[in-house]
Amino acid sequence: MRRVAAFYQSTVGKKVAMAITGFILVGFVIGHMLGNLKAFQGAEKFNHYAEGLRELGAPFFGHGQVLWLVRIALIVSVGAHVLAAAQLTLRSWRARPAKYHAAPHLELSYASRTMRWGGVIIAGYVAYHLMHFTLGNAHPDFLPGDAYHNLVVGFQSPWVVAVYLVAVAMLTFHLYHGIWSALQTLGASHPAVNRWRRGAAAALALVVLTGFAAVPVGVFAGIIR
Amino acid sequence: MNLTLHVWRQTGAAAAGRFERYDARDVSEHMSFLEMLDVVNGRLIEEGKDPIAFEHDCREGICGSCGMVINGRPHGPVPRVTACQLHMRSFTDGDQIWIEPWRARGFPVLKDLVVDRSAFDRVIEAGGYVSIRTGAAPDANAVPIPKRDAERAMDAAACIGCGACVAACPNGSAMLFTAAKVAHLGALPQGQPERYSRVRYMLAQHDDEGFGSCTNHGNCEAACPKGISIDCIAQLNRDAIRAALGKGTEYAGAAGGGA
Ligand code: FES
Repeated sequence: MRRVAAFYQSTVGKKVAMAITGFILVGFVIGHMLGNLKAFQGAEKFNHYAEGLRELGAPFFGHGQVLWLVRIALIVSVGAHVLAAAQLTLRSWRARPAKYHAAPHLELSYASRTMRWGGVIIAGYVAYHLMHFTLGNAHPDFLPGDAYHNLVVGFQSPWVVAVYLVAVAMLTFHLYHGIWSALQTLGASHPAVNRWRRGAAAALALVVLTGFAAVPVGVFAGIIR
Repeated sequence: MNLTLHVWRQTGAAAAGRFERYDARDVSEHMSFLEMLDVVNGRLIEEGKDPIAFEHDCREGICGSCGMVINGRPHGPVPRVTACQLHMRSFTDGDQIWIEPWRARGFPVLKDLVVDRSAFDRVIEAGGYVSIRTGAAPDANAVPIPKRDAERAMDAAACIGCGACVAACPNGSAMLFTAAKVAHLGALPQGQPERYSRVRYMLAQHDDEGFGSCTNHGNCEAACPKGISIDCIAQLNRDAIRAALGKGTEYAGAAGGGA
């Protein structure tokens, strides 16, 4: 345990913490996306699914209990991910105090360059998203218990749809570099699979992009109404 | 060809530096980049001015001392080439060339283009070695090593410690340098006894030197004159994780166990 604690103090240890929490969050993102797609099955199925989330683990767990366990795990993951990211970012800024006159990006991709600020944007979006669809205080006509209604009304404004699409695009970039980077950080490197790691990260990121963009676009296009 | 140089001049570690402009006239395309600087310096000396300080030794791409950032790229525009092996035919007449030292907290500037890379020595001292019994030289090939491992070790051992990886890294991280040594020794049987303590000590020293944290951009690999792969960094990460989970401590604390 002492070793693990010492490891966490190192730059690699914090990255490993980011990789593990990152994968937990990727798992959540994929589950969330699959759930969203039920909106295409109509109001009844979607609301049933939304209500079903609260009954997860029944009858062993009571109403909303598992949902809260999941929420706590997510909050802890986000907290640990952001904390380690902030610490490492400050460290790296200190480590590289001066800029070059004109440095080409070499291998820097848009995705890798935007990990930090992209992460901040995603965090800001998540806060808005929770106020929009969970708390409802950023929603024009929020009806607790009618998730489908909230969804359809919530995406009537082109501005809201635009915000969601931008956020999903940021998330796509974040995942593209993040998934690959997490594999590298966890040492998941082998000559036989290294060629596939970037491709796999890109494929997963594109699935997330498509799946998440489908619902706001679907509402706006009148397919979901 | 005639070139305009913008060279970082800084009188000492604490001094503020700035770019100064020099004309390099009648440069032959067959010159190396350092020979071109030699010519510029010769003229500066004739004029009674302070020549541009830069580090160099072997001038054949193996000692790693000639690092400088040329037009934003460590060792200049040609991949897998050190500044001393860079030829002026890589430039064209009338080019503006910006020449700067490595910029990283772990590499303080001593003068002009010369930085203090002794942090690298301390990272190596922390664990970048194998302990052997001295005495009569062992028979060559006494320890069989699979070809694949030998190749991996040789690829990682190609590191010349120039610091281009740190210079190229937006995080000022020396992870590629550290990882090259971890991967080199970790691939060989002689490196196994200290494999997990090595990664812990070298990583701790790397962090203590003020280098930043790797974010897997891959700039280091692109800038490395020896083409060291970031696969080495994955190897370091893997060994560091295993070390944190107790690898390499199996016998620690055993009754009567050695130091
Ligand atoms: S002077 Fe030795 S590598 Fe360039």
